Formats: sequence, C-alpha cells, structure tokens
Amino acid sequence: MSVRTLPLVFINLGGEMLYILDQRLRAHNTSEDNSEKGVWSEVDRKRVMNDIVGTMFSKNFMDELLKPQQLYSHRTMKTVLTRLAHTSIMRLNPASMDRLYELMIMAFKYQVFLCPRPKDLLLISYNHIDTIREFVKDTPVVLNQVDETHRKIIEVYSSLSEGEFQLLRQTLLIFFQDMHVRVSLFLKNRVQNPNGRFALSTSGPVPHGIDVPGLIRTFDCKGKEVSRAEFPTGGCYTSPIREGSFLLHGDRVSALGLNMYTVNHLEETHTSKTPTVKQQADDTPNLLAKEELNLLARLMGSMKAENMPKAETVFRINLFTTDREEEEEEEEEQARASGGAGQSLYEVINIQAMQDEQAATELALIAGQFAKGEEKPENSESNKGDDLLAMMDDL
Amino acid sequence: MYHKEKSIQIKNSASALYNNLSVMRIAPRRLTYFTVVHANVVNMITASWDGLNYSHRQLQSKEPNVATSTSLIMQAAFCALPSRDLLVVTSQKGIQMYESDGSIMVYWHALDTPETPTAQAVFGRGISAVRENFICVGVSAGAILVFDIPSKGSNITLSEILEEHNESITDMASECSGSQECIADLVSADDGGNLCVWKSGEEFQLLNKISGFDMSCSSVKLWKGTVVAGYGTGQIRFYEAVTGILHAEVNAHARWIYSLDIAPFSGLLLSAAEDSLVRVWHLTLTPETNSVEVAHLHNECVTDTQICGAKFCDGDGYAFAVTGYDLSEIIRYTQS
Repeated sequence: MSVRTLPLVFINLGGEMLYILDQRLRAHNTSEDNSEKGVWSEVDRKRVMNDIVGTMFSKNFMDELLKPQQLYSHRTMKTVLTRLAHTSIMRLNPASMDRLYELMIMAFKYQVFLCPRPKDLLLISYNHIDTIREFVKDTPVVLNQVDETHRKIIEVYSSLSEGEFQLLRQTLLIFFQDMHVRVSLFLKNRVQNPNGRFALSTSGPVPHGIDVPGLIRTFDCKGKEVSRAEFPTGGCYTSPIREGSFLLHGDRVSALGLNMYTVNHLEETHTSKTPTVKQQADDTPNLLAKEELNLLARLMGSMKAENMPKAETVFRINLFTTDREEEEEEEEEQARASGGAGQSLYEVINIQAMQDEQAATELALIAGQFAKGEEKPENSESNKGDDLLAMMDDL
Repeated sequence: MYHKEKSIQIKNSASALYNNLSVMRIAPRRLTYFTVVHANVVNMITASWDGLNYSHRQLQSKEPNVATSTSLIMQAAFCALPSRDLLVVTSQKGIQMYESDGSIMVYWHALDTPETPTAQAVFGRGISAVRENFICVGVSAGAILVFDIPSKGSNITLSEILEEHNESITDMASECSGSQECIADLVSADDGGNLCVWKSGEEFQLLNKISGFDMSCSSVKLWKGTVVAGYGTGQIRFYEAVTGILHAEVNAHARWIYSLDIAPFSGLLLSAAEDSLVRVWHLTLTPETNSVEVAHLHNECVTDTQICGAKFCDGDGYAFAVTGYDLSEIIRYTQS
C-alpha cells in the first residue's frame, strides 16, 4: 500500500492530540477550586504546546517521516505519540494516553472517512497545521519550523495524482478499520451513530470537480450529443462549492481538521466502547517486525529534546475523568491479558527483547526512555501534579 | 425491483479496496463462493443455494519471511477458465493462485521489491481470466503479467509482460458475453483513467489505447465489444473498445466508483460507490451503429456505508451481493 502516509498521519493525529491537550489544559484553569496553587497557567500551557510542536515539526523528525515507508501498527504509532507528548513537561499516565489515542484516532478516522475527494486529505492536514500555527504564534523559532514543514509537505504531496491519494486514503482506512469508539462530541453533533459508525449523507454539495449525478447522455460516432435523460438519484445533491486553497496560507473551505473542541464543553472528550464491538483477539505472537522496530528506533532517535533542561521536574496529569476504580480495573485487565497475546505496552516490548539481539538493545533503549518519564519521582516541592489529580477527582 | 435478503456474516470487515467482492457460482454442487478482502486476509465463504449451509475459510497473504511486516492484500478474484477455476490473490509482495475452493495454493509469483523502499508503492492489482488459458494480473508500476495456465497442475508460467500503462493498474476485465466474434479480449485500466484494449494470443496485441482525463478508472468491464468504465468522478463511460468512440456517459454517483459488474445474459449493469449507493442499469447495444442505450432501473442505499464491492450472483442478474468498508457482512438482494 501507500508509502507516503506517515507525515500526514503524524500531522493529523498530532494535531488532534494538541487540540485535546489544549482544551484539557485550559479547562483546568476554570476549576471552581479557585486556588492559585497547582493550576496550569497560560504560560505552562503554551510551553507544553511549544515543546510538543517544536519536536513534532523538527527537521530530523519530519525527514524521518518523509522517507517512503509502510504504515505500521497502532502500537508503534502510540509509542511515538506518547514520546512526543512527553517531550513537554507533562506526563500522561497509560489510561490517559489510551483515551487520548482513541480520541485522536476516531477524529482522524472521521475526517478521512468523510473526506470528499482523496486530495482533500491535504486540506485536512493544512487545517491542522493552520491551527497549530496559532498555538505557537508567539514563539518565532517553532513557528518557523511549522512553516518550513508545511512548505516541504506542499512540495512532496502536490505532485501526487488523485489515484495515489486514494491509495493513501485506503491505507489509512485499513489502519482505522474496525474501530468504533463512540465519542460524545460526535454523538451530540450526530456525525456518529450510537453504534459507533459515522453518518454518511446522500444530500448536499458534491465534491469539487464532480458533476451532480442524475444525467445520462449518449453520443454519435462524431461525438455529438444525441440524447440526454435524467434518472432519480435517491439523494439530494447540489453543485459543488468553491475549492479550498492548497497553498501555504488560504481558506481551506472544508471544516474537517479544524479544532472541534471548545473550552466550555469538558464532557465532549468522553469516549465509550460500543457494547457490541468485536475485539479482534489476536492469537499470533504479534511480533513487531524488524522493519517496524527499525522505524520506531529511528523516530525515537530523531526526537532528541535538545532544549530540555536536565533538572526539569515533570508533572503528571490525568487527562480525563477516569474513575479510580475504572483505572484499577483497566490495570487488572492488562495484567490478565498479558499472559496471552500481550495487550499492555510493556509486556509486548519485553517479549520482543528475546527474539533478536539487535532489536533487544534498541527496544531496551526505547523502553528505557519511556519508563524514565513514567517512573520519575515527583518533586515534593511541586504541587501541580498532586493538586491536578485531586481536582480531577472532584470533577 | 429488488428486495433485501438475509445477509451473510463474514469473519472480518471488508477493507476499502476497489472491486472488493468476488463471486463464483458452482452450479453442479449448488454452491456459491464469495471472497472479501480484509487487510492481509481473504475471507472465503461457501454458501449453499438453499440458504442453509455456510462455511468459512481464511487465506493469508504469503510472507516471504517473518522478519518483514505483514503484506496487505489488494485484491482477490475468481478466474473461470474452460478447463479449471482458480482464485487469484494479489498483495504487496506478490501473486498467489489457489484452487477455487481455496484449499491449495498452486502458484506463487513474487513481485520485485527494491531493498530500500522507493516513492512508488509496490503491489499487484487487476485480475482477469482471458480466453482459454490465460490469467492476467496488473502491477503498480503499470505492467500486466500474462500467465499461461495449464488445464491442470501447477505448471503455471509467466508467458509475457505487457508494458503500455505508465500508472498503476486498477482493474482489468475480459469479454464476458461469451461471443467468439468479438475481436477485443481484454481491457485494462489505470490510475490515470487510461484504458488499453488487447487481443489475446501467444503474444498479446494492443488494439487500442483510450486516454483518460487524469482521473482514476477504478473499475472496468467489457461486454459485446463495449468497454464500461467507472471513474473517481462518479461517472460511468461507455466506449466502443476497438475504435475508442465514446457512446454514452452517465453522471452516476456523487463519489468515487468502487465497483462495476455486468450480468452478460440480460445486459444488466451494477455500479457501486463511496456515496453509499448501488445502482442497477440496463444496457441495450445496437450492433449496426454500435450505439449504447443506458436505462436506469433501480437504486439501493446502504446507509452510512462506503461500498467497496458489488457483484451479480448469476449471469442473468437475478441476484446481487454488496460489501462495504468496515461492514462484516455481505448484503444480498434478489429480484422481487
């Protein structure tokens, strides 16, 4: 399948991640607690955004993504995105990361599914980039990186044909296949049905470049039109609206890829699994193929946070109102499942370590980096983490 | 005109790939085979005509070795030749051919994959049986591989490589009317919407090349010398194969067409697209003028589903089956 998916995957998934983080971090400012201590200030929030965007749009990372390669598993994507999130001072616990990933994936799936023409995947990506620019507009260095990356994306993708974009889209759709997590914001806006599937309308404007269905024309040997007839389409289609801009700046016209989360709606990032969703029980050992491991190592390696001071304290954050009990239940489930085909991140990484000498070293490095973030003891002088957790419990 | 029947449940959902449903009727045993592709697996269902018995089988794409990642399957299609039936599966790594019941793999052809990935994806797509003993398979670089199939056994050989297309092959079809008088045997389509019309033989002969308009032709059929082509613009175009004359054009769908099928005995045409609609048409060909009349007969809407496969279950078009992205069932319709 397509070997050009990764840059768009990271820009869009990363973009969704930033939208959600932005909303969640802002929300903590509106706590009824009113205590100054332990609240994420505007400065903190901007810093988190700048750190993550700076790493995501760094030349090294983008260059790695732009190399032609396959789209691998969710496990790899999640690992890299977690590492991206942790290039900031923020630390997400596994439950938060899982929820965050679900939200990101479902949002991107929705955008790709409803994408009117395959080429509009670029407009969706540019919407994300435009909004990311807004997040970092006060930091010229990072803003410049975003612009540079945008230019590179335009350069690389402008020459793809519609057929190649459709292949890209099909590759993404396979990646999202069978995921039907319900998102309260989508359910509320009726873009998603209670069974987790997205609503597809048979009315409205047709995509740019497509004719409104309903016409049958016949021609003679010389190409002259001989007859025309109409047929009932079963839908209610109208002429296309204007085309969005594919340039560095411009009106993208499509709303897909814009920030759906507003500050006032905390509950909109609530997700729930559909009751009838079939969990694909994978009985195979689920080896991370060597190619995939190599990609993971390269991406992690390219994310060296050069500007991060060594003695930085990190702040744990519980992003979503997960009950204590629910968290514990999830941990139990992970422990149970890890006996067989490991569901938890740690389990799989440990198993892989035994298959291949080189892979073992690489993975140990990666796991080590990941573990460092999680297990770092909280600085007793900083209260942000503790107070946040307390705040989340009160909500 | 048609009503919905009981759906067939499949073990996985269908992937968003062109022409993602293949159907083969085994009349002597009163069975129908269906295949639906899901990522790196082909789901094969055998259904008895009385609707009482269903059996399932899954075929995996062949992995050269465990160190490489799984190979995604692009297409699975039944090829009916006079002497035997085969199931052909194309993936990122190569082409597999099985006995039509999926029991034994009789042939494997590896695609040339470069050591370091290039910007161009590598895969096989576009499968068609041609005349007595050929199976043609398209590849992403634009070439068409012609395989010579013996009447039995696994001594299948690569007979020829046709290089006319510059873009990835999307679909191929052979003349399905059963008429021996038609000059054109095969039509191939690519991502640029270009169509090539061929005559089969020890050496295949290019009869005509019909230029596309930079829009992918995702599905193509050949019936009584007329090429029926479905495009990403939602249009269906009807060309006279040998001359390339455009006889009819239908603004059929509001989104990308994913599948076309023709019932050769009745001239019924089935079209399905990402817009969630399946449409049934009737084609009338006038031999003297080679003109085509297209009449619209019926619509079916599969709510909230981007359809990826639609095929008639018999030569008269009495019944048809539909698959959709993320849908774990084959939906069936029968004439009322």
